Amino acid sequence: MAGRKDWEVVIGLETHTQLTTASKIFSGASTAFGAAPNTQASVVDLALPGVLPVLNKGAVDCAIKFGLAVGSHIAEKSIFARKNYFYPDLPKGYQISQFEIPVVQGGSLTIQVGSGQEAVSKTVRLTRAHLEEDAGKSLHEDFAGMSGIDLNRAGTPLLEIVSEPDMRSSAEAVAYAKSLHSLVMWLGICDGNMQEGSFRCDANVSVRKKGATEYGTRREIKNLNSFRFLEKAIETEIDWQIETLEDGGKIRQATVLYDPDKNETREMRSKEDAMDYRYFPDPDLLPLAVSAEMVAAIRASMPELPEAMCARFMAQYGLSAYDAGVLTGSHALADYFSATLAAGAADAKTAANWILGDLSGRLNEADIGAAAAPVTPALLAGLIKRIADGTLSSKLAKEVFAAMWAGEGDADRIIEAKGLRQISDSGAIEKIVDEVLAANPKSVEEFRAGREKAFNALVGQVMKASKGKANPAQVNDILKRKLG
Amino acid sequence: MSIELKDVNHIANLARIDISPAEAQAALAQLTNIFALIEEMQTVDTTGVEPMSHGIEVNQRLREDRVTETDQREANQASAPQVEAGLYLVPKVIE
Repeated sequence: MAGRKDWEVVIGLETHTQLTTASKIFSGASTAFGAAPNTQASVVDLALPGVLPVLNKGAVDCAIKFGLAVGSHIAEKSIFARKNYFYPDLPKGYQISQFEIPVVQGGSLTIQVGSGQEAVSKTVRLTRAHLEEDAGKSLHEDFAGMSGIDLNRAGTPLLEIVSEPDMRSSAEAVAYAKSLHSLVMWLGICDGNMQEGSFRCDANVSVRKKGATEYGTRREIKNLNSFRFLEKAIETEIDWQIETLEDGGKIRQATVLYDPDKNETREMRSKEDAMDYRYFPDPDLLPLAVSAEMVAAIRASMPELPEAMCARFMAQYGLSAYDAGVLTGSHALADYFSATLAAGAADAKTAANWILGDLSGRLNEADIGAAAAPVTPALLAGLIKRIADGTLSSKLAKEVFAAMWAGEGDADRIIEAKGLRQISDSGAIEKIVDEVLAANPKSVEEFRAGREKAFNALVGQVMKASKGKANPAQVNDILKRKLG
Repeated sequence: MSIELKDVNHIANLARIDISPAEAQAALAQLTNIFALIEEMQTVDTTGVEPMSHGIEVNQRLREDRVTETDQREANQASAPQVEAGLYLVPKVIE
């Protein structure tokens, strides 16, 4: 293994986020995923002669939303350009993109590297974000000597978000990608589905000797569509570059692909035969003007951003930074928390504990989002009320939660049906305690001889005799009084 | 700026145009004239003039985000040379 400690790693990411518009960026065809091949490819997407692109306002709104969320400059005027290359899934022979003047310029994203107490905050600067169209799909198998072309995806709107080379490790790159992923989903501009290719990263990686001021030669790893592959591909590339340099070799600027099966990065094309895209302004599209009114309207429609909501949860409800951070990690979870409080759960801390504990555990197990949880915020709020008023001990509450998850109704109904009401009648508890004391003279003797453990054994016996329903605090008090 | 025959062939290759040596020579002569014209235009002082990206000084009109197209696959594929399972077939390409 190469000597990492002498080298500094430099990483920049280019992320393609598929925007959640109903129709394509330049045509009125649907963007829905999974349709039969070519049923959503209109004459504009097919580049039939004489057709003209008409820009989708929905895609522009998404770009502005993103720009506002990361503190970018929204260009009053931006330009669409043609990026020329030939490939069968690009029927026009060029991709409409933005080159010299993109709609979103600058900005930054604050990321948390590491987790829990170890987490370190870092700011990654953004270069730009520009609107462009996706290409179609080529299928190379199953057709003897031929490739099959599906143009349903052609013309799907993308926002390509470009970072500055500010990341210094694969962990930082992954933290950035995750943070960006949750932000675009939070804003509702991207569904974040990485399997379907809605969020994919290209990583520009280079290394340089510690203390060097010039960047090393970079290689670009294309099309990483999972956080795990992003991390592994960058790690593999770093090792390869350091080894190559330490062996006296040189890095050649190139585009590479990551092969997860062999865990290696492989050169796709070098700079010498890199494409010459011959960008030029697209004469079919006039400049995109974004007025101050348009920006103001979008700003007004934007949801509270996760960072602000996290700070508010801490200040307003006294949640820890960690709890507030996890709750605001997804819009669905944050909404669930807010809805639980709105449904009458008085104790925010208890609500947070249930959401981050039992609820999240069950959601993970079932692999569903918070919005699809069978225990709705109203049901959870009902449960929390019964904990607060002493009807349920925490142990009984877990039983009720499980029953609610199984669809057995609300907390009150389950408490009645299963007879789970906590026994808080001190007379009733006293009666059970007396019986337990009479049946366990040995434990009583041991306790009187100074063995604290015997006390716990007696508590256990009382709880058992009450089928777990006796109020534990009262059991403790009564036992102490009787033994004392 | 002057242009050479190898530039012509490079541009032809980028544009996927198959040209004969005679055609390349003719294109070289024509392109050289065009470059001369550009050179003349470059002498105009444009200090303080904002570059235009389009010949018409109007801004792009935006379309509401609505699906307006229906499935026209059958009509669209009627003129395709080869189709299978709803896909357009082309000579195999793998980068």
